[in-house]
Amino acid sequence: MSDYMKKTDRYGKFWIWTAAFVIAMVPIAVCLYYNAWPSASAVLKGLLGVAPIFWTVGAIEVITYTPMLGTGGTYLAFVTGNLTSLKAPAALTAMENAQVKQGTEEGEVISTIAIATSSIVTTLVLAVGVFVLALISPVLNHPTLKPAFDNILPALFGGLGVVYVSKNWKLSIAPLVFMVILFVAVPSLASSVGVLVPVGILVALGAGRVMYKKGWV
Amino acid sequence: MEFNPNSTFLYLVAAFVILFVLAQSVFFLVRAWRRGKQLGLSTAKLRKTVIATAVFTIAPALSFLVGVITLAKFLGIPLPWIRLSVIGAITYELPAATSTANALGISLSELITDPKVYSAIAWVMTLGIMPSIILTPILMKKIQGGVVKLKSKDSKWGDIFMTSLFLGMISAFLGMVFADIRSGPAGLIPIFVLLASALTMAVCGLLIKKCNMKWLETYAMTISMVVGMVCAAVITPLIG
Repeated sequence: MSDYMKKTDRYGKFWIWTAAFVIAMVPIAVCLYYNAWPSASAVLKGLLGVAPIFWTVGAIEVITYTPMLGTGGTYLAFVTGNLTSLKAPAALTAMENAQVKQGTEEGEVISTIAIATSSIVTTLVLAVGVFVLALISPVLNHPTLKPAFDNILPALFGGLGVVYVSKNWKLSIAPLVFMVILFVAVPSLASSVGVLVPVGILVALGAGRVMYKKGWV
Repeated sequence: MEFNPNSTFLYLVAAFVILFVLAQSVFFLVRAWRRGKQLGLSTAKLRKTVIATAVFTIAPALSFLVGVITLAKFLGIPLPWIRLSVIGAITYELPAATSTANALGISLSELITDPKVYSAIAWVMTLGIMPSIILTPILMKKIQGGVVKLKSKDSKWGDIFMTSLFLGMISAFLGMVFADIRSGPAGLIPIFVLLASALTMAVCGLLIKKCNMKWLETYAMTISMVVGMVCAAVITPLIG
């Protein structure tokens, strides 16, 4: 491992543990400043409604996105959030355009630059947006625009899909057919798509392994 | 102390957290840029990555802003601003707030004025997201070590392995688009959006290759996404 990668891991650990502390300080600051500690049962009951699914998805995301985003990119992306709807597609597109592969140091660098840029731009758009919220709120909340924002995932993955599927169409067939059939058969799974990402990966890996052994890819 | 979800104190907390995230992003950006130069990546390539990603980010960032507006109705602006700038996503924050409100038997139709309700929601949002932050540094070495091992053992299979990861993720989200296909015409909207975006990308790809329009590479993803979103805005009133 190069010196850069070793240091990336060390810096990454420092930043992410600091981030965990900063993020935990938000509710603590609210409780201390307003002297308003909620009852443990209220927090537990609230948590019970979301934690089982979100903790599972969280653990799955760490395992599946780390190899895709690389060390620096992962440390950054898990602090700045919006992984599937922005950071992962941004990193994938950037690596594709720069013609570098993840798992190489060039891929690591491009992925990190893409995720950092995306985080900075998101933060700036939100900061500016918050200050002119009264002005832009009627525009963003306009009924005409609602379907556009509701459909951001298909709009994003349509383009991304073409790039990846056309380049690796043999490897794409099995996971794509499997997922389309699965979602058509069980539409309610859409709400837990995060859990299905590793299933898609396993199908892709299984089919890929068979094709590799047979010399098809 | 009288509580107000839009108080100056909460704005200060938000500003602090957001500055922290900005600092972290800038730190990693500068390091990666320098390393890229050392590895022989051209300044033009690095700059192109930054510009393309920045342009690509604007539309999704505006959708996060819509998320802030949604949550601000009952949480005020500072907390949603923090949550959607850092670690959060609207798909998580809204259920977390709703779940806590249900547990406390209160409605989320108006601005929260009880600091205990507010802090309970803030705790649930924070604790619900913590595992991904804590697990990342714990699992990182193992996962990345595995990737390196795989690549060095059999580099061709290593490449197929990485591509399969991407394709598995993309397939799950592409498949999800078909979830509502049986629920009538409205269920077809996401599919049309997907097709519009995919078709635009295919046209961009042809223009880049056949007409040598290299500059389009930088914006092809953004253009496809925006065409998809415009398609959604146009067809929804017609179909839905």
